[in-house]
Amino acid sequence: MEGMTVIVKTIASWVKILIFVFGIYIILFGHLTPGGGFAGGVILASSYVLLMLAFGRKFVEQNLPLSLASKLDCIGAFLFALIAVLGLVYGGVFFVNFLYQKYLPGQPLELISAGTIPLSNIAIGLKVGASLFLVIFALSVCCKDLRYKDAKAESASNSSANKKE
Amino acid sequence: MTEFYILMVFMIIAAIIAVETKNLLSSVICVGAIGFGGSLMFLFLRAPDIAITQIVVEVLGLILLIRATISRDLTFITGDREFFGTVISVVVVFVIFLAGVRVFETLPEFGTPIFAQTPGAASQTYIEKGLEETGAANLVASVILDFRAYDTLGEATVLFTSIIGATVILRYKSRKRLEESD
Repeated sequence: MEGMTVIVKTIASWVKILIFVFGIYIILFGHLTPGGGFAGGVILASSYVLLMLAFGRKFVEQNLPLSLASKLDCIGAFLFALIAVLGLVYGGVFFVNFLYQKYLPGQPLELISAGTIPLSNIAIGLKVGASLFLVIFALSVCCKDLRYKDAKAESASNSSANKKE
Repeated sequence: MTEFYILMVFMIIAAIIAVETKNLLSSVICVGAIGFGGSLMFLFLRAPDIAITQIVVEVLGLILLIRATISRDLTFITGDREFFGTVISVVVVFVIFLAGVRVFETLPEFGTPIFAQTPGAASQTYIEKGLEETGAANLVASVILDFRAYDTLGEATVLFTSIIGATVILRYKSRKRLEESD
């Protein structure tokens, strides 16, 4: 059986939702409370790390395929650049907060306020979460691959030694 | 002030143990202790944004390092250091320490903002006009995503490029094809 024991799997399947929702909260309220896109993205990635440690690599790959993760990574980076270019188009200056200054002033200390800052937080959170997930996945694949190679080389040397005998 | 000195001594001891110990796992745990000490330091300095980021990244890195350490069999370091390399690193660290002392002499006193010494500094503008110009209640978010958004764009680019490099170098399929072609 891949992964850890039943106790760890049960607890992980309860806790993963809490961690994920907390990451989304940290991202969405980044312009009001401490936190922001980067910290929230790392929390999102760490919920998938918990799944990977408890259930094994294949389970996570079925839930969030690598192609989807790399697409999310690119979408996050593209959104952040798009917000900057939209500032150039609608506000006249690269990265200007055009939403707050022209279209959607909003009240401070409310969820929908501060113009482009929450949108940038969402884009960065998406990007950081997906990219850290990709890194951890690549590292675990690499470790597995190396160990597999070592075992293969060992068995090959054993078989050759047997042949010599 | 006392808690900073206690934390600093704790972090220095952990750093020395992390360098000097022979066991790789305890060295990794000491590196984690340094990171958590730094996170507590940021919390006492009233910078909760950085404290959250530090503790989250520290947890993730510690998990990865411990996982990588446990899966290897050889976790004991053997052999001594070279005398010449030790002398050179000690001299370099001492020179950097002297430069750091000169830098810290020019800083304002601990706990006072930098615009108390140099009027018209940029941080004063951020604190005075941050809320009315960006509308964000969290001034840190208004600085990193509005006033200094170029920095964030550069950071995102660095992360994106490093992820591309890591996934290209560590990818699974090409290794498999290489093995099959052998």
